[in-house]
Amino acid sequence: MGVETQNLLMNYLPILIFLGIAVAMSTVFTVAAFIFSKKAPNAEKLSAYECGFEAFGDARVRFDVQFYLVAILFIIFDLEVAFLFPWAVSLSSIGMFGFWSMLLFLGFLLIGFIYEWKKGALEWQ
Amino acid sequence: MIYTFGFYLFSSILLASSIMVVFARNPVHSVLFLILAFFNTAGLFVLLGAEFLGMILVIVYVGAVAVLFLFVVMMLNIHMAELKYKLKEHLPIGLMVGIVLFIELIMAFIGWSVADGRAELASPTPAGIENSVALGQLIYTKYFMLFQLSGLVLLVAMIGSIVLTLNHRKGIKKQNIADQVARSRDEAVKLVDVPIGKGV
Amino acid sequence: MSFIDFLPAISEIYLIICTLVLLLLGVFGLGHQLKRITSISLTALVGTILLIVLSPPQGSVVIFNGLFTVDNFVVMMKAITVVAALVSLLLTMDQVSNENDPTFFIPWEYPVLLLFSTLGMMVMISANDFMSVYIGLELHSLPLYVMAAIQRENLKSTEAGIKYFILGAVASGLLLYGISLTYGFAGSTNFDALEKLFASQQIISIGTLVGLVFILCGLAFKVAAVPFHMWSPDVYEGTPTTVTSFIASAPKIAAIAVILRIFYGPYHYLAAQWQLIVIVIAVFSMFVGAFGALQQKNIKRLLAYSSVSHIGYALVGIAAANHFGLQAVIIYMTLYVVSALGIFAALLTLRKSGKGITNISEFAGLSKTHPFSAVCMAIFMFSMAGIPPLAGFFGKFYVFMSAVQSSLYFLAVIGVLASVIGAYYYLRIIKIMYFDTTEASLDHMREGTTSKVIMTICGITLLTFFIASDWLLSLSAGAAETLLTSIP
Repeated sequence: MGVETQNLLMNYLPILIFLGIAVAMSTVFTVAAFIFSKKAPNAEKLSAYECGFEAFGDARVRFDVQFYLVAILFIIFDLEVAFLFPWAVSLSSIGMFGFWSMLLFLGFLLIGFIYEWKKGALEWQ
Repeated sequence: MIYTFGFYLFSSILLASSIMVVFARNPVHSVLFLILAFFNTAGLFVLLGAEFLGMILVIVYVGAVAVLFLFVVMMLNIHMAELKYKLKEHLPIGLMVGIVLFIELIMAFIGWSVADGRAELASPTPAGIENSVALGQLIYTKYFMLFQLSGLVLLVAMIGSIVLTLNHRKGIKKQNIADQVARSRDEAVKLVDVPIGKGV
Repeated sequence: MSFIDFLPAISEIYLIICTLVLLLLGVFGLGHQLKRITSISLTALVGTILLIVLSPPQGSVVIFNGLFTVDNFVVMMKAITVVAALVSLLLTMDQVSNENDPTFFIPWEYPVLLLFSTLGMMVMISANDFMSVYIGLELHSLPLYVMAAIQRENLKSTEAGIKYFILGAVASGLLLYGISLTYGFAGSTNFDALEKLFASQQIISIGTLVGLVFILCGLAFKVAAVPFHMWSPDVYEGTPTTVTSFIASAPKIAAIAVILRIFYGPYHYLAAQWQLIVIVIAVFSMFVGAFGALQQKNIKRLLAYSSVSHIGYALVGIAAANHFGLQAVIIYMTLYVVSALGIFAALLTLRKSGKGITNISEFAGLSKTHPFSAVCMAIFMFSMAGIPPLAGFFGKFYVFMSAVQSSLYFLAVIGVLASVIGAYYYLRIIKIMYFDTTEASLDHMREGTTSKVIMTICGITLLTFFIASDWLLSLSAGAAETLLTSIP
């Protein structure tokens, strides 16, 4: 492991400590609740209550395909934004070419966005 | 020391949660374990110095892909019990393929010999440059072509998903704000003289 | 680097601009019509072909920091690929203008997707780096998956799309895994750098070889070589015939071109290592294709198996790993594409009670009702079977010759054996067309003049190939030359 990586990891030490505290506290709370809570198990508490009848079917219902479409369009733009981070931090060293390179990339996605908009994919039906 | 501790922590949780992705009874739980796996992979990436990849994993995979998976799981409404039944039939072949791949992997690592003349592998953190800056200096200029083409791949993904899933439902009444605003008083209101005692 | 340096990639840039303009035209309601969009994309493809052919490079040009290369080999393969795409789109056009069938529904995005796919293939063929190979592969397959499922109300079409997508994703994963292993052990993904490395190395690390095997698996999936052929019959059967004509032609050329570029380029030095793998894949493809096709009743499934065996023959030429083998493969794939497109054009002209033909037995009595189509079909079948005066024979002959040159006698013998078995099912179709009779005859020929013209041109090409074989041979020799001289 290089010195650079070591320096980098030092920056992450607070996050690691934070993670440790978070895990420890949530474990303590769960375990404490388990130990100190009052327990009176009863089979009736676990049985289904549906207006006095047994459950007819699965409580889960099929989701509409529209949710999927929205999610996938979101992912695409999320990825686009992901490309913006390194561009923003290195803009000073990549010059005009790098700048226009990103604008071209955004242009492609802009065309995609226009397409989406005109197709009505962004409207909720 | 902390580095080694972190590596074993992340990789053991990663392995355990990956196994749970496959074996969880409820598909929604599988997706949740997948998210845990993503987080630990991100941790491993950070340990390697690939900061940017780690963060992208959290933003894109946890933030978007996992949500998509949840939607898909709910859309397909899979009954895991039936799948489990089929799993037993396919297990031998699956195991065989897995073992072969595993053996190949081991062979590849045993045979880790670096011949002379091999180019130096790129470092995630070149001297004095942060990881994301280093990436930025390559993606937009040196790998210009790949960058633009990946933009086109994203565009194709957009078109494809719309072509395949967009349904225009008929008979839906939508609010058209432009129509509402453009409406004038003359077409909306009519003054009627109602004679007394006759009604409209 | 400036934008002027991109001139060698002018055909790709032109195609990108055309495609984007087309997408905008389509969405801003150019009638939302498939027909108009298709005709514009046809002109775009013609322009691309002209740009490819009219700007031949001086030697081999490498641009985009070693990611992209243009030489005679690239020009030839690209030209064949784009022509195949053009012909397939012409078939679609014909179908669209004649179709009154309300169940025949193809959205106007179809030609746009086809153009994107063609662009991906061009990038793949021009690739000079494994990363460009991967991006090109994704850009060409992603539209293909959508195109396979384009009739989304049709259960078979969606099934084909999903199967193609899932198996394709696995194959991309294998390819990517192979590329990363190669990068780890060889230190580069650039073909020139790899070439230098392999030329100087005496002992190759196992990691590089494992990587190569994974890369080969990923590419074998794209050409549907055994054991990665499972998707092929289902996808051929499920997709609309016009889409099948595309899937069966252009992507195969592009994938074979990439295999040639990799195996005759940097990995030429490792020929002793990969030869056996390619031989095994070739033998299995030839036999599985031949025996699989024997049992098929559905014409498109039969064509899928037949294409598997044809890829097997092409792989024989690759396995030969000599100068002539490269030429033989180029010629073989060209002729394969001509006959495949011809068959699909013929299929599209025939109808039975308003529907396309699916079953082989429906060809019965074709010689009486449609003598011309029957003759064309007979030419295609004889050519694919490899009967002497026709083009298919020369393709097979060159390929087996190259195997013999590399002293792979048993491979040549096995190839001949497989083609004898293959001849059976081709001849069976001819027998059904000429000697079987049926009461329910086929409908009258539809108006589709383009399909008929394409069918005729393909037929004449295959029939008169022996006159022009020298020309194609010298052309492919020129292409092979540039690929092989790029090795110092």
